[in-house]
Amino acid sequence: MLVMLSSPHAHGGDSVRMMMLTVVLALMPAAAVSVYLFGWLAVLLILVCMFSCLATEAVCLKLMGKSLTTLLDNSAALTGLLLALTLPALVPWWMAVVGSVFAIVLGKQVYGGLGYNIFNPALSARVILLISFPLQMTTWLTPMSAAVPPVNLYDLSTCLTLFFAGPDALKLGLDAITMASPLGHVKTEWTQGVPVAQALSNYHYSYLNAFLGLETGSIGETSVLALLLGGIFLLARHSITWHIPFSYLTTVGVLAALFSSIDPNHFASPMFHLFAGGLMLCAFFMATDPVSSPVTPVGQIVFGIGCGVLTWSIRSFGGYPEGAMFSVLLMNCAVPLIDHYFRPHVYGYDSRVDDDV
Amino acid sequence: MPAMLRNLAQRLGMMAHGFTGGIHPENHKVSATLSSEPCPLSPVHILPMKMHIGEPCSPLVAVGDHVLRGQKIAKSEGYVSVPVHAPTSGRVVRIEQYAIPHPSGMGIPSIFIESDGDDVSDDSLEPIDDWRNTDPALLRERARKCGLAGLGGAVFPTFIKLVQDSRFPIEMVVLNGIECEPWLTTDHRLMLEYADEILSGLAITMHMVHAGAAIIAIEDNKPDAATAMRQALSEREGMDDVRVVLLPTRYPQGSEKQLIYALTGREVPAGKLPMHVGVLCLNVGTARALYQAVALGQPLTERMVCISGDAMPRPGNLRVRIGTPMRYVFAHQGLEDFESVRILHGGPMMGELLPHPDVPVVKSTNGMLAMRKASFVGVHTQEQACIRCGHCGEACPASLVPNLLADQCRSDQFDKAESYHLFDCIECGACSYVCPSNIPLVHYFRYGKGQIAQQRREKSFAEASRMRSVARDMRIEQEKQTRAARRSSVRKTHAPKDAPKAEAGAEVKAISQAGESGAATVADKTEQENKD
Amino acid sequence: MTGLLYALSSLGAFALLAGIVLAIAQKAFHVDGDPMVDKIDALLPQTQCGQCGYPGCKPYATAIAAAEVEVNQCVPGGERTMLVLADLMGVKPKAVEQEATAPMLAFVREDECIGCTLCIKACPVDAIIGAPKQYHTVLADHCTGCELCVEPCPVDCIDMLVKPELIEHWAWPLPMTRRSKLGHARRDHHAGYA
Repeated sequence: MLVMLSSPHAHGGDSVRMMMLTVVLALMPAAAVSVYLFGWLAVLLILVCMFSCLATEAVCLKLMGKSLTTLLDNSAALTGLLLALTLPALVPWWMAVVGSVFAIVLGKQVYGGLGYNIFNPALSARVILLISFPLQMTTWLTPMSAAVPPVNLYDLSTCLTLFFAGPDALKLGLDAITMASPLGHVKTEWTQGVPVAQALSNYHYSYLNAFLGLETGSIGETSVLALLLGGIFLLARHSITWHIPFSYLTTVGVLAALFSSIDPNHFASPMFHLFAGGLMLCAFFMATDPVSSPVTPVGQIVFGIGCGVLTWSIRSFGGYPEGAMFSVLLMNCAVPLIDHYFRPHVYGYDSRVDDDV
Repeated sequence: MPAMLRNLAQRLGMMAHGFTGGIHPENHKVSATLSSEPCPLSPVHILPMKMHIGEPCSPLVAVGDHVLRGQKIAKSEGYVSVPVHAPTSGRVVRIEQYAIPHPSGMGIPSIFIESDGDDVSDDSLEPIDDWRNTDPALLRERARKCGLAGLGGAVFPTFIKLVQDSRFPIEMVVLNGIECEPWLTTDHRLMLEYADEILSGLAITMHMVHAGAAIIAIEDNKPDAATAMRQALSEREGMDDVRVVLLPTRYPQGSEKQLIYALTGREVPAGKLPMHVGVLCLNVGTARALYQAVALGQPLTERMVCISGDAMPRPGNLRVRIGTPMRYVFAHQGLEDFESVRILHGGPMMGELLPHPDVPVVKSTNGMLAMRKASFVGVHTQEQACIRCGHCGEACPASLVPNLLADQCRSDQFDKAESYHLFDCIECGACSYVCPSNIPLVHYFRYGKGQIAQQRREKSFAEASRMRSVARDMRIEQEKQTRAARRSSVRKTHAPKDAPKAEAGAEVKAISQAGESGAATVADKTEQENKD
Repeated sequence: MTGLLYALSSLGAFALLAGIVLAIAQKAFHVDGDPMVDKIDALLPQTQCGQCGYPGCKPYATAIAAAEVEVNQCVPGGERTMLVLADLMGVKPKAVEQEATAPMLAFVREDECIGCTLCIKACPVDAIIGAPKQYHTVLADHCTGCELCVEPCPVDCIDMLVKPELIEHWAWPLPMTRRSKLGHARRDHHAGYA
């Protein structure tokens, strides 16, 4: 008995596996930079996060009675890699595991698995970690690109001790090995009345360093160049469309340009905003997560604009130095509404045509 | 708003009128270079009573009758219908249900003709040589009489299109030689081999609808066909307003609505026809059939069919008589064992999967494909969750949002699906083709459309039943009142001495009769009162 | 003490105002008749068969509107009708007890018909035509399959036949994938059903 199959009887060969794998490949430049900056620590963080995500998903699938072949769709591995890249280098091993568990369980499986989550899983985990452990999540290790790196992160045993036992085991004080991130520094200085330009100069901030990724921050978000390369790769492979990154980045740039020209003491320049913090990573890899972003092209532009407005506003007016992850999660809430109201113009409903036809 | 931007971009010359969406599947035009051959006459031909969109025909012949090729054997019922003609001479041996190329595998009444081998034609229809000076109404009637239906696969009765309506003048005739389905080369071979006949058909069409200009649209993967048509055009007089246009190869470029938009920038309004935007679209095969019907007096009894597929031993293009069993045609091309093969009627994107080859070639058979089972089975049975990647929406030529529509259809939210324009889906399959989660999107849309159609039918039947029930109750009530009035008037005129007793008795009877019909009458009375 | 007085009097005044507004609204927006009965009747299949225990669809609709009966009594309507009725009335869905048969049509064996007109009188939608001492026949297009004509026939010449499936009315079933069944499961779960 032939099962009733409808046309089309041909398929283009696309698969979820390949799409996720493409994103993992696109993150390789950023991962490479993270290893350059933070040595074995970055490697350990990435491996532990990826493994924890896969293990958690396996447990969840088993509990839900689903087949373990679902693991092969690479989505858990991608979540692990993305989560690792958003974490500060000094995050202890257990926090990485907890974050991974949150990302998979509360970020994805609880909604019904891949395709049903409202929020970006990696970002929701990062926000949970930030709110639960604010100190560790805002402590930035001085990278190996610094003039005098305080810890040799290319030494595996040092990193193992740091990762599993913490800096106390190495008899290192946090002040000695950490520094402020550019965004954090500018915000702290501003609360003390120091204008932006001065704050940047006493930080010895260099736009070139920020572009190449030699400043500190979360292990994967520092290098604009690496992330741009990854983003262009994604666009070329048609994994993402230009709408979200373009509208997100343009909105931030325009707002920053507008306000910094009005009050340059309070508001940083567009280039600073675009290079700083997790904006590049969010614009190309987080906001573009297909499941939690709109499906329609105009909807995607609206989404990107919303993310841009929120990111810039939180950075300029909010209490947190970095607003990218919050803004993406906030816009995720609005996605079903955006999808409903910003549907494309359907063929045959051109309002210009006379109705008495 | 996007429409405005798109129009602006077009006006600024930033983009041509290409339609939005579309995909680029592998062409597989392996039979493009194979000249067409006549398919030998099958010993039996099976003619279903409905090979067109519209009302089924009813048989005019009986078992035992001898028929000639081109003889009308079934007459059309209703306006949207065209007759059926015998494809060869022979004897009617059976009239019974037989399977047709339909996904359900169901059958319809069909006439079985056993060929006598002589292939004698019934030349009852006179060729109209001077069609240029013939009333278009007569030509239209000829098109209907000859059973012409859209040979591109839609099989819409052609005569209905070939009308002159002063409210909607036809500015342009579009000859559809696009053939965007993979594997199919039917129209390609027609244009290479019968360019002149096609142009004659076009000329007749232009005369019939009084059109000023025409475009012959061909996909750019068929440059030789374009050359052939251009060559034939240059050798003709009086066709200066006809030009050949090559369009980029993209599926579904050949879809009428998308083609009209690509050529003219006009969208056919939803629910309306191309003639409402001044365009008439005709397949090249239909144009040729029109020429044969008008100028040669030949009803539709044969068509070009492309036999291809990756499991086909000997691909080819055949001129097949309508009604030839598909099994016979396949056997002629070397395929007899269907164990490891899947048969498609039409192309892979919109064609039907047939459970077995024991169906006849019908007017809509533009292709017969045999595909290897191994590469075929289960693509869409491995459906995974939708990851909302949006590729389906990008591919959709009607700019719908397929993933949302499919979810609505699957969970029976039919009102929502209708408001998301489910009925504007042309079922081209581009969305399912690109879906990385292997979701059978078109299947869900078809399920949804079928359920909505069924619900509408049930609703209108229920409404009609309700009206009949209400009318019946009113009639019964009316009869009762008439009877009661008559009875009381009779008693009044013929009242005996003990009148009061009898009247009381009559009243009791009337009340108990009213009580018998119970709540129904009471409810309807209330309803009537409410209506007043 | 004054505080309490102020509170009491302000709340009391507000309650009085609300009451007045509601009374006016009840008069001003009053709707004649019972639109609920019509709404419910519109959802019923109009078979007029009486299997629900009421002599017709309208009486059943009236009873549902008066909350006298469950919404799962309509057999021809089946599960789908029960679900929309439950949704309209805001009650929990309940399974229809009797299994709905395939759509049926009544058929009179004319050779045996004695022309008594009893079936004509019984048909709630006037789908049987005929006259005294003439053959009777069922108009297939109007027959709802309610079976009310079978009982009254004194010579038992009426058969109930399964309605033939027309190819024009054939509809695609759901795809045969595990996931397609999830859609129905989700809908039923939300309806509080099964």
